Formats: sequence, structure tokens, C-alpha cells
Amino acid sequence: MSDLRDLYQDVILEHSKAPRNYREQPAADHKAEGFNPLCGDHFTIFITLDGDKIQDISFQGSGCAISKASASMMTQTLKGKTRAEAEHLFTRFHDLVTGHAEGGSESELGKLEVFSGVSEFPVRVKCATLAWHTLNAALEGKQEAVTTE
Amino acid sequence: MSIAAKPVSGAFDVERVRADFPILEQKVHGKPLVYLDNAATSQKPRAVIDAISRYYEGTNANIHRAVHHLSEQATEEYEAARVTAQNFINAASSTEIIFVRGTTEGINLVAQTFGRANIHEGDEIIVTDMEHHSDIVPWQLLAGDRGAKLRVVPINDRGELILDEFAKLLGQKTKLVCVTHVSNALGTINPVRRIVEMAHAQSIPVLVDGAQAVPHLKVDVQALDCDFYSFSGHKIYGPTGIGVLYGKKALLEAMPPYQGGGDMILNVTFEKTTYNRLPYKFEAGTPDIAGVIGLGAALEYVSGIGVEKIGAYEHELLDYATAAVSSIPGLKIIGTAKEKAGVLSFTLENIHPHDIGTILDQEGIAIRTGHHCSQPVMRRFGLDSTARASFAMYNTKQEVDALVRGIERVREVFA
Repeated sequence: MSDLRDLYQDVILEHSKAPRNYREQPAADHKAEGFNPLCGDHFTIFITLDGDKIQDISFQGSGCAISKASASMMTQTLKGKTRAEAEHLFTRFHDLVTGHAEGGSESELGKLEVFSGVSEFPVRVKCATLAWHTLNAALEGKQEAVTTE
Repeated sequence: MSIAAKPVSGAFDVERVRADFPILEQKVHGKPLVYLDNAATSQKPRAVIDAISRYYEGTNANIHRAVHHLSEQATEEYEAARVTAQNFINAASSTEIIFVRGTTEGINLVAQTFGRANIHEGDEIIVTDMEHHSDIVPWQLLAGDRGAKLRVVPINDRGELILDEFAKLLGQKTKLVCVTHVSNALGTINPVRRIVEMAHAQSIPVLVDGAQAVPHLKVDVQALDCDFYSFSGHKIYGPTGIGVLYGKKALLEAMPPYQGGGDMILNVTFEKTTYNRLPYKFEAGTPDIAGVIGLGAALEYVSGIGVEKIGAYEHELLDYATAAVSSIPGLKIIGTAKEKAGVLSFTLENIHPHDIGTILDQEGIAIRTGHHCSQPVMRRFGLDSTARASFAMYNTKQEVDALVRGIERVREVFA
């Protein structure tokens, strides 16, 4: 059962129950929708940029504990970061949840490290990365909804 | 949801059935496998696995072609499986049995042949709110192509078709009615005989998606009087990639071919091709011969036990499971039709089905989570997804107990 606790860490459960930055931004200058067609997870990410910096980031939608907590913690982490920093963190985060993290990258991820348990559950990687893929789409200004497929 | 009233001769020996399924012996994450994802696909008995091995080890040759011994033998076994399938659903003739890749291909075949020949601009195709995507999208494609329209029969809060609304949809523009026999997401058994009567009263043909019905109910296509009936082998203990489309002879004969190729022709010149007779007209190319033989073995296996007996046992299991989960706080059953088969779809308050699935998997319990390829019916209940336990003849009450303990475990993790 230790595996299960690695996945459902208290911080993750807490964020899934009380997600941060869970709100719409009607005036957001970047916005994208993301779907996981396999399980029906569906999120919208809202971003307001100040120059190159993420001034405000929020989300709405529905999904499992992993996808919701990931979206919540992503918004907390990225507020105040530049676009380049956000993209870099996505790469690191992706490496973490797919079990490809190199030594030293953990410190960069900070609190997001709690998602390391996901790497033991390959089918849940898409849950953990849905918000991040959607973020990418929002920043790139894609018009079509992204999917994890 | 009463236990089937029909008396069943001889007790159903679930342990004997389980012994026929080698995969059930294994452990998952150190726990005995509890396989409750049978509506997605069922496990295979030794008889099916052996039939496929025997074919490849001793009979493999192409069918309907050569004069040599192996080809004759392979053809004989292939055609024997067709007769087995015919008897299994009580079709009037074996020429009404067309082997396809599965339910989906059977439906697409009808859409592309019967549909293209008979459905035109302004026409209407009736589907129901509980159809699987495979009985929606082929019709949507056809309707889009033809300028025809899809009309949808609504369902009530229990997950039953509202037949009064269905009656209102039937009209002169209706060219086909498409309905699932048993809902994969809710377990509802639809009153197909009644639906066919209502449609036939206005000379409208009916296609039935039988994927979830054949493993659980005795299906008699002549008694149902449906015009098309499609089902998959893999949901009835047979191989994947093989299934049956039944069609009434007169309709099949009038339909243009589906795919062109070998075996579906009598004579080919560059000017004109004469198509083969039924059922070969619809079986272009070398088919999945081993799959057909495996399917035949599966149907014989099921018939050997008796599908009514299987259905009665599964019903008992479903009633037991329904009662057992009903006491779990926050658990809601989705699909509470009076007539149900094999499916227990549910949600847990504040816990996403995907998380339920992962935690149960750690307990060795395999269920399906998600929209079950039936997004319209999920939306009807205001959901994105459910957790679904679906039963087969080899499941036991002990496994239902394990499911209940597993759900308690899920609640502990999220407490």
C-alpha cells in the first residue's frame, strides 16, 4: 500500500479538495481548454501576462484528484514566473512524473516534487500533465482545445 | 430487479467455470485478480484458446479457395462456426450471418451499405440517448454526408427509454431505428421487441447493438424480429477482432457490397464485377479465420452451460452487489432500470472515478472508469464519468465482497 500513499500524498489530496486559484478570469489575455478524452477530465487555464511575466494564472474544470491537484499546484508555482521559466518547469515536471528526473532537478520543482509518485502509475501521467499541456496551449495562443492523446 | 423467474435446472457451479479460465488464477499487485471489467472485454476459456492454437497448429490454410486438404478443413471449420452463430441467435439461415471485426464494424457496414442506399437528404435516423459512440458516430457520419438528421430517444432518471417520446419521433422521414439491446454504461435492458413492433408498424427497419446483450441474455433474432443485430466475439468469451452482423436476408440481398476484394465476387472483368451470394458478398478479403473458429468455440462453450443459466446467476450477483454497495455512504448507482444486466455503474461523492479505479487496482480489482464511450448518457446524468463494475459468469459473491472492501479503502484514502 506504500505505492498508493506515494501517489495520493496528503498535499495532493488537500489540493484536490480545496484547489487554489480555482476561478475564471473573464479578462485573461491567454486562455485554453484541455481534455483527457480517456477519462473525461476537462480544464480551462486562464493567464494574464505582464510583459513576459505570468501576473495571474487560474483554472476551472473537473477531473480526478491528481489532475486537479496538479492544476492547483501549477498555478501556485507559476505565478510571477516568466514564460521561459514556466516552459522549463514543465519539462522538469514531465521528467519527474515519467520517472526521467535527473539529480538536482527536484529542488527546482519545490513543492511539485510530491508528484514523483505518479511515475509508478504510468496511466496516471496524463492526469498529472493535463494542466501543463493546457498551459502550453494557452501561452502559445492555440485556438483548438488540447487533448492528452 | 428480481432474479430471473425462469427455473434453472442444475445448480450453476461457478468454481467449475472459473477453472476453465486460466487468466483468473493470477495475482495483481500481490492480490488475487478480481476481474470486473467484463463489459469492456471478457476473459477467455481454455476451450477458446485451444481452438485457436489447434487451428494454427493443425489446420491453417486459406478458405474458400484451394482444393487441397488443409484448405477444405479450414473452410469446413470456418463455415461450421457460422452455423454455430446462426443457432446461437436463432437466425433463419446461416447466410444471414456475416463475420465482421466486431459490433462497431457491423454497424458501420449497415451505415455504409443500407444507409447509403436508403438514407437521403431530409431523412431521419433514430438513435437513443444511451447508445455507445459506435452506434452514434457511424450514423452521424452518414447523416452529415447525406444531409439527413439524427433524432434521439430520451431516457428517464432510472436510465430507461421513454417509449412515448420514441413513438413521437417515428414518422415518414424515419428511415432506420438504432437501439442498444443492453446499455454498456447503465446496464439497462431495452424492450427491443416492443421497439421493433412500434417501428415496423410504420415499416421502419431496426438495427440492434447487441454487444452487451449476447453474453447475458438469450437472443432470438426471429422472435425480436429486428432487421439487423450486431455483436462482438470478445465480450462473449471469444477473441477480439471478430464479431457477427446478422441481417434479414431480403435486406442483405438488396444492399450494395461493403468492401470490394477477394471472396466477395463471382466474376471480375474491368467492365463489370458480379458479386458473390450471401454472406460472402460482405466478406471481402481473407477473414480472421482463427478468430471465427475461436468465436465458434466461445459460443459453443456458452451454449454448453446455457445462456439462461448464466443470465440467472449473473442477475443474482448483480442483485447481491447492488444491495451490498447501497449501504456505502456517498455511493450513488447510475442506472437503476427495472430490467438490468451485468453492469453496476456508480459514483462516490467527492471522489473521481479515475481515483477509485487506481485504488481498486492496487487491491487487484479491475473495473472501468471513465465515460464508457457513451458521453451523451454521461451528460444526461450530469457526469463526466462513472466507475463501472461489470459481471461475467465467473465472478463470485466473494469478489463482490472484495469490491465493497476496496470501495471502503478508497473512502479511507480520501477521508
